[in-house]
Amino acid sequence: MDIKVLGTGCANCKATIALIDQIAQAKGVTVTLTKVEELRDIMGYGVMSTPGVVINGKVVHAGGVPSRDKIEQWLAA
Amino acid sequence: MPNCVSNKDFFDYLRLFYQSAVFAGMNTLTAPRKSWPTRQPVAFLILAAIVWLGLYNTLIPASEALVALLPLERDSHMGGALQFFFYDTPKVLLLLTAVVFVMGMVNSYFTPERTRALLAGRSEGVANVMAASLGIVTPFCSCSAVPLFIGFVQAGVPLGVTFSFLISAPMVNEVALTLLFGMFGWKVALLYLGLGLSVAIVAGWIIGRLKMEAHLEDWVRDMPKMSADFEATSMTLGERIEGGFHAVKEIVGKVWPYILVGIALGGLIHGYVPEDFMANFMGRDAWWSVPLAVVMGVPMYTNAAGVIPIVQALLAKGAALGTVLAFMMSVIALSLPEMIILRKVLKVRLIATFVGVVSAGILLVGFVFNAVL
Repeated sequence: MDIKVLGTGCANCKATIALIDQIAQAKGVTVTLTKVEELRDIMGYGVMSTPGVVINGKVVHAGGVPSRDKIEQWLAA
Repeated sequence: MPNCVSNKDFFDYLRLFYQSAVFAGMNTLTAPRKSWPTRQPVAFLILAAIVWLGLYNTLIPASEALVALLPLERDSHMGGALQFFFYDTPKVLLLLTAVVFVMGMVNSYFTPERTRALLAGRSEGVANVMAASLGIVTPFCSCSAVPLFIGFVQAGVPLGVTFSFLISAPMVNEVALTLLFGMFGWKVALLYLGLGLSVAIVAGWIIGRLKMEAHLEDWVRDMPKMSADFEATSMTLGERIEGGFHAVKEIVGKVWPYILVGIALGGLIHGYVPEDFMANFMGRDAWWSVPLAVVMGVPMYTNAAGVIPIVQALLAKGAALGTVLAFMMSVIALSLPEMIILRKVLKVRLIATFVGVVSAGILLVGFVFNAVL
């Protein structure tokens, strides 16, 4: 599963990456987690508020740290 | 909405730590458990309102009782100051919690995407008024300023209207208004609301008139246009309540130390600094005090809560209200870090115009205020 976290490096973005990583490890799901910090690339996804989460090329979340429930749903899909 | 304070990291770690502890315990449970407020939202809201009102009404007797327990005279200066502190602190915190909770629920409706769809394709004038008003209710963090800015422009929201939103969103927000109301009364809060909106509307309108689209960075102008359509995801009342809880944790959890310091400072310096200490150089007779306040405030960066202790101290010592509000607005609305981020999307001339127009507006507000009151 290819997961990208969009954000210019604020505290919420770091928390989002840490949380996804933690849940993926706990569930034993292999993911490639990448940060997208370049503004131009972030805007390319059409996201207006960060942090945003992109899974397999599709924006699934924007604006704030996603909830644990949400992340578990993504990883289960 | 002020969302980026330095102790943020600390809370994040705390939450991650807490979550990992909970997770270790819940690993075997697959179904997410829901708390009762989200299962019975209406009952929760009614009960919460009753409890809140009850608490609010016991504040005066409780603070008096607390001071009576202490070994000092109620009528002494110290006794008065303590009673003020014991009454004001929980009062402001209660007010703030209630307002932030309700706004957290309202915010879940006004997402940036919905706001953008409301503003796209509208002509200037009315749209400036709408943008400034929507700035109050749309959740906003200064670290999202740039993505938001580009997103608006890309969807065809006029530049001036985008600026109206960008000015109003951080400056006029529920935290600033509640704190002003709780500490200085509804008149000051209402004046701040009216003047803040006016500055955002007029400054945005002027920037729109100046036709400065050419001063966007080239890559921003070259971005493909996007439609402002969005899919409204419907939320249940329970989910909105969760949004409210989240907002309280995020915002009240972060700003309470500033409030405590602000109130303590207000009580303490009453006794120890001469009453008109500030009046000489920040009173209303000193015409140059307003420009000075703005020049000092513009590069500074703090959120609405961080500036409250300073406002409290200045007012208590006889500084003129217009001067102090001008200072507060310039600290919150404009800051050096924000300029540096905006430089990625705006050319220098547009940034200079933005700073110039907004500072001029704030300056005017300060002068008018001092002249009228």
